[in-house]
Amino acid sequence: MTWSATARGAHQPDNTAFTQQRLPAWQPLLSASIALPLFFCAGLAFIGLGLGLYCSSNGIRELEHDYTGSSDAGNCSECAAATEGGAPPPNCSCAWYFSLPELFQGPVYLYYELTNFYQNNRRYGVSRDDAQLSGLAGALRNPTDECAPYRYSAAGLPVAPCGAIANSLFNDSFSVWHQRETGGPYVEVPLDRTGIAWWTDYHVKFRNPPLVNGSLALAFEGTAPPPNWHRPVYELSTDPNNTGFINQDFVVWMRTAALPTFRKLYARIRQGNYSAGLPRGAYLVNITYNYPVSAFGGHKLIIFSSISWMGGKNPFLGIAYLVVGSLCILMGFVMLVVYILYQDQDEDDDDDD
Amino acid sequence: MTCILVSIFLCVFRSNLHCCAGEEKRVGTRTVFVGSHPVLETDAYIAQRFCDNRIVSSKYTLWNFLPKNLFEQFRRIANFYFLIIFLVQVIVDTPTSPVTSGLPLFFVITVTAIKQGYEDWLRHRADNEVNKSTVYIIENAKRVRKESEKIKVGDVVEVQADETFPCDLILLSSCTTDGTCYVTTASLDGESNCKTHYAVRDTIALCTAESIDTLRYCEKIPTTYQSLGPENLLLKGATLKNTKKIYGVAVYTGMETKMALNYQGKSQKRSAVEKSINAFLIVYLFILLTKAAVCTTLKYVWQSTPHNDEPWYNQKTQKERETLKVLKMFTDFLSFMVLFNFIIPVSMYVTVEMQKFLGSFFISWDKDFYDEEINEGALVNTSDLNEELGQVDYIFTDKTGTLTENSMEFIECCIDGHKYKGVTQEVDGLSQTDGPLTFFDKADKNREELFLRALCLCHTVEIKMNDVVDGAAESAELTYISSSPDEIALVKGAKKYGFTFLGNRNGLMRVENQRKEIEEYELLHTLNFDSVRRRMSVIVKTQEGDILLFCKGADSAVFPRVQNHEIELTKVHVERNAMDGYRTLCVAFKKIAPDDYEIINRELIEAKMALQDREKKMEKVFDDIEINMNLIGATAVEDKLQDQAAETIEALHAAGLKVWVLTGDKMETAKSTCYACRLFQTNTELLELTTKTIEESERKEDRLHELLIEYRKKLLHEFPKSTRSLKKAWTEHQEYGLIIDGSTLSLILNSSQDSSSNNYKNIFLQICMKCTAVLCCRMAPLQKAQIVRMVKNLKGSPITLSIGDGANDVSMILESHVGIGKEGRQAARNSDYSVPKFKHLKKLLLAHGHLYYVRIAHLVQYFFYKNLCFILPQFLYQFFCGFSQQPLYDAAYLTMYNICFTSLPILAYSLLEQHINIDTLTSDPRLYMKISGNAMLQLGPFLYWTFLAAFQGTVFFFGTYFLFQTASLEENGKVYGNWTFGTIVFTVLVFTVTLKLALDTRFWTWINHFVIWGSLAFYVFFSFFWGGIIWPFLKQQRMYFVFAQMLSSVSTWLAIILLIFISLFPEILLIVLKNVRRSARVRTKFIL
Repeated sequence: MTWSATARGAHQPDNTAFTQQRLPAWQPLLSASIALPLFFCAGLAFIGLGLGLYCSSNGIRELEHDYTGSSDAGNCSECAAATEGGAPPPNCSCAWYFSLPELFQGPVYLYYELTNFYQNNRRYGVSRDDAQLSGLAGALRNPTDECAPYRYSAAGLPVAPCGAIANSLFNDSFSVWHQRETGGPYVEVPLDRTGIAWWTDYHVKFRNPPLVNGSLALAFEGTAPPPNWHRPVYELSTDPNNTGFINQDFVVWMRTAALPTFRKLYARIRQGNYSAGLPRGAYLVNITYNYPVSAFGGHKLIIFSSISWMGGKNPFLGIAYLVVGSLCILMGFVMLVVYILYQDQDEDDDDDD
Repeated sequence: MTCILVSIFLCVFRSNLHCCAGEEKRVGTRTVFVGSHPVLETDAYIAQRFCDNRIVSSKYTLWNFLPKNLFEQFRRIANFYFLIIFLVQVIVDTPTSPVTSGLPLFFVITVTAIKQGYEDWLRHRADNEVNKSTVYIIENAKRVRKESEKIKVGDVVEVQADETFPCDLILLSSCTTDGTCYVTTASLDGESNCKTHYAVRDTIALCTAESIDTLRYCEKIPTTYQSLGPENLLLKGATLKNTKKIYGVAVYTGMETKMALNYQGKSQKRSAVEKSINAFLIVYLFILLTKAAVCTTLKYVWQSTPHNDEPWYNQKTQKERETLKVLKMFTDFLSFMVLFNFIIPVSMYVTVEMQKFLGSFFISWDKDFYDEEINEGALVNTSDLNEELGQVDYIFTDKTGTLTENSMEFIECCIDGHKYKGVTQEVDGLSQTDGPLTFFDKADKNREELFLRALCLCHTVEIKMNDVVDGAAESAELTYISSSPDEIALVKGAKKYGFTFLGNRNGLMRVENQRKEIEEYELLHTLNFDSVRRRMSVIVKTQEGDILLFCKGADSAVFPRVQNHEIELTKVHVERNAMDGYRTLCVAFKKIAPDDYEIINRELIEAKMALQDREKKMEKVFDDIEINMNLIGATAVEDKLQDQAAETIEALHAAGLKVWVLTGDKMETAKSTCYACRLFQTNTELLELTTKTIEESERKEDRLHELLIEYRKKLLHEFPKSTRSLKKAWTEHQEYGLIIDGSTLSLILNSSQDSSSNNYKNIFLQICMKCTAVLCCRMAPLQKAQIVRMVKNLKGSPITLSIGDGANDVSMILESHVGIGKEGRQAARNSDYSVPKFKHLKKLLLAHGHLYYVRIAHLVQYFFYKNLCFILPQFLYQFFCGFSQQPLYDAAYLTMYNICFTSLPILAYSLLEQHINIDTLTSDPRLYMKISGNAMLQLGPFLYWTFLAAFQGTVFFFGTYFLFQTASLEENGKVYGNWTFGTIVFTVLVFTVTLKLALDTRFWTWINHFVIWGSLAFYVFFSFFWGGIIWPFLKQQRMYFVFAQMLSSVSTWLAIILLIFISLFPEILLIVLKNVRRSARVRTKFIL
């Protein structure tokens, strides 16, 4: 509301395309002549893609074994029984025997799977200190609040790496042995434990604290390992490029999974005779059974899987594409029928007129 | 020591301007000391405190802007809700950081504050312009220059010609000897004629700065109390004309002036869309609460298993264990609320506000609304009601000046039943006395002259002299000025027949007769026109000393007051003229004997002086005087229909609108205008509820009752019960029109028996609703508002629109949902929109209103839709993360979704969309019916959008869920985590929601292209940027390289494309199906 006479006064309005709402505009109309071919084309393309996806998913082989030990009679059940009482015995190991009648086409990847494990629980997910993990000296000795109750050890030392995620690091280990012919000796299949984490995680996001006198152990002096760990973080591996915070098992574990049933990459098999895959023969997987899962009703699985351009075995995408593609074509036909029907009907209508 | 007691009888001038609450303050008396007065010792007078002359229309000052504006903004429910959410996030440990809701809230508040600040700055500027203007005040006998805001009550102010009065003044003296001055109130009420105001009689002589100053030193009150009336009061905002200068004493200043009071108390109108928004908000709030409650319950059900509550890998702190369970449940509930709070679209209000504010420019920019005659285009006074223009059900229009031009032309007259009609306008000089006029059948010469003299004398027309100095004024061009164009037409008409009104000089009215002689009449009294009497009279004294009364007025007001035997002949003419659509007036006269005049004179003066009930007393005196007159004749004046009025009404009818004409005119006149503008067609059956049909009988009410029942029966028989199909039915069935006049209406509304009156009203409304057109004639201004209110409160509360141009339409304009005034009049100031001509209504409603409605309805639905899509996956995710309030999306995405990624496309859409071309909309009025009754915001469309959102949200989540049922999505076997999961869902979400809008866009200007593709590009760019850097201020680097890593997988690409396609598939299908049907129809028609 203005009271002065000068504030009023719309004079001759500008005659521009914008002010007159006459900007040049594209006014698309999905007419039948465009839409019908489009539907058929899209449908065909989708079916083609779907077939490709479905075939390559089918070509991927997966071999999985539940070694939790609660149900099957395998010798892992002893270990499982031992964990139930409380902490697992330091070195309970068990084995899984299987044989391959033919070559398991490679490259083969070794995964472990946990079920009913909520890495995506909010309280769990925030219980980490990315500053500490990036090697900041200050953060190393002063972990963030979110890490509680895994922030300081009982002795009052700062925990490194702090937090629930690090504390619950998966600590079963596997070794794979191959027996070429029956009765022959088992030969260890070389497992590549590097290159399993994201490149950026391993190279940028996770950094060890600066070495003290060339020693990583000294750098971690004055910190305590997480309560569930049997060894300090700098002894995770003997390889200096794979120990401390940049241990790849650790880095993989720290990337929390989206769903309560998840798989994580354990190793790649790509060296020596096994670069093309696992040749036929009998195999033995030696499992060091440490990780208690029965306490929360979970399961542990070990999986051998080959990988294609689309990743691991997943029929969903292929099927979904096939379904949507067929729907497209079906709808194309329905539309065609509707189109023809309306044409007839309108002719009738006009006749009535 | 002088004091002038100023007792202003506000009731007098309250009647002609619309009332408002603030005016009550002015009733009563106030005592004002003229000049700056020293402190009194003896007087019992208690100093009253008056406000200064500062006008404040602004709401804020520099200091109180922040607190006051914030307070006002948080009074809005939505803002307050987000403030609460923000505070919860700050206080309670919640899944998302306070930034996620704080930042959007801050953005919304800031944008709104900037807009309101800007508007207030404009008001400040306008205020300053008024407040800082220079005025001259007489202080100590000297002329002192001052700023307008410094004027105090009691100051003597000097105003010069063509200046506006800085405050309400009592005229003390003017430079003219008789103490009069001329004033125009064009900027107040649009009446551009000069009105005469009179100085206080005792101070007329004091016309210099020195003499006026003596008022301060007078020891005694010079005369008896003189009653001051509106003729002494000069209102702020009016302009002094034709008077060199005046002196006045300030009586009302600043916010107490009439002008300031008139602007207060304008109520806020709320649009139907806004009500829908609030309803939707409640639904969504309910969904939100349900979601939070469900999640909280399920959380505790799930946690009842101990290894779910606290597995060994995720132990609680001591503090968490010790917290009371009830408290924990409560905070959990709040946390879920916070997690899902984005379902209430935070930025919707600001977007809606921006859309309305910016969108309203298109109305004022439209060059089709520009009228070259008055050099004005359309004006938008409020942007809150844009969409309401597309929802109008009833249009109430004034007739005179709105449907018609209000430029009157004298057509014919009848004298003693003889018809006189000018041949053409070829002649308009003064020289022709009687040649070119055709007298069909001459009346007596004396009667003729008497009639013409009556026309020359009985009016309030003023003359604007173009060359006063020349002395040759009389022969120069005469410009007549009057508040009523009818009077000018009549005076001009008389001139055509040889009698020219030459103006008023020293109380003498000068008339040049057919023989070129100048006759002078002394004007004794003017009995002013008012809408109750519907007539006016003058009492003049001829040169011979005869005292004559001339009266002119509506036939119904004059016929009962003249000798009966004279009526018949004239009545025929009047009725025929009215049928032709002319405005008719009857002229009567009466000779007053000198003795009688003495009595009349005394009575008149007494009534004028009366301190109480002056109006009533005057009315009674007038009534007594205007009796036993002799009818001389009648006049017919044509009011031309406005350009394209008929086409406009036809189009509005076709658009399903009901047009009601409310007029103060005679029924016959109004009826013929209605036929002329095609409100009534020739085949329209008219139902009449007028004094004529009801007749002047004792059993008025019974007759009325009979008629009402009869009409209702007729209409109910015609229309089957379903009101839904009513609009369609119009085109096929017999059309009905209703005519009702003011007295019958008041009979219906104020019937003596309460129960039956209620019944009458109901039946009447039933009849009204079934009629295509309603004409209400002989309406008083307040009755107009009464009708609007009645229709507004009908079942289904239809949207009403009133359009009018005069002060008598203001009440109706204020009452209706949308008020449209005609540019440059009082009505325009009180209206929501103003357009220069009636024909502009067509485009305003059919094109602008339609588009605004579609745009804003789509905007609202889209906002709710996109936020439900956004939050549903987050809700579903709770079932897979142990109800731990884990957010699916990163905080940056939660924050930016509404304010960056998806805000601009919908804003551009809501400003530019034309789903149907403007030309098509204007040329095919039936399209307007498609959106009537708030069609796009009804339950059906709302459910459609909600289900669409639910469907899409489910597709986003479960599509990604099934995608993640594999070891790896990359060809190097590496594994994705939960943030990649969320980012995939979010990417699909942003693309789907934006592409959905793209599918809905029918009008792709470069702006739409830029904004839609730009938003998507910005999302991709931002995601790379956000994940590309380790941000030192973040505690967790959750998103580091997540987006880039995600895009390195072919499967993810394929999944994203597939999910977008599935989400949009039903939409595409519907669109194509619709188009296939349409194109098939078009093609067959084309072939045929």
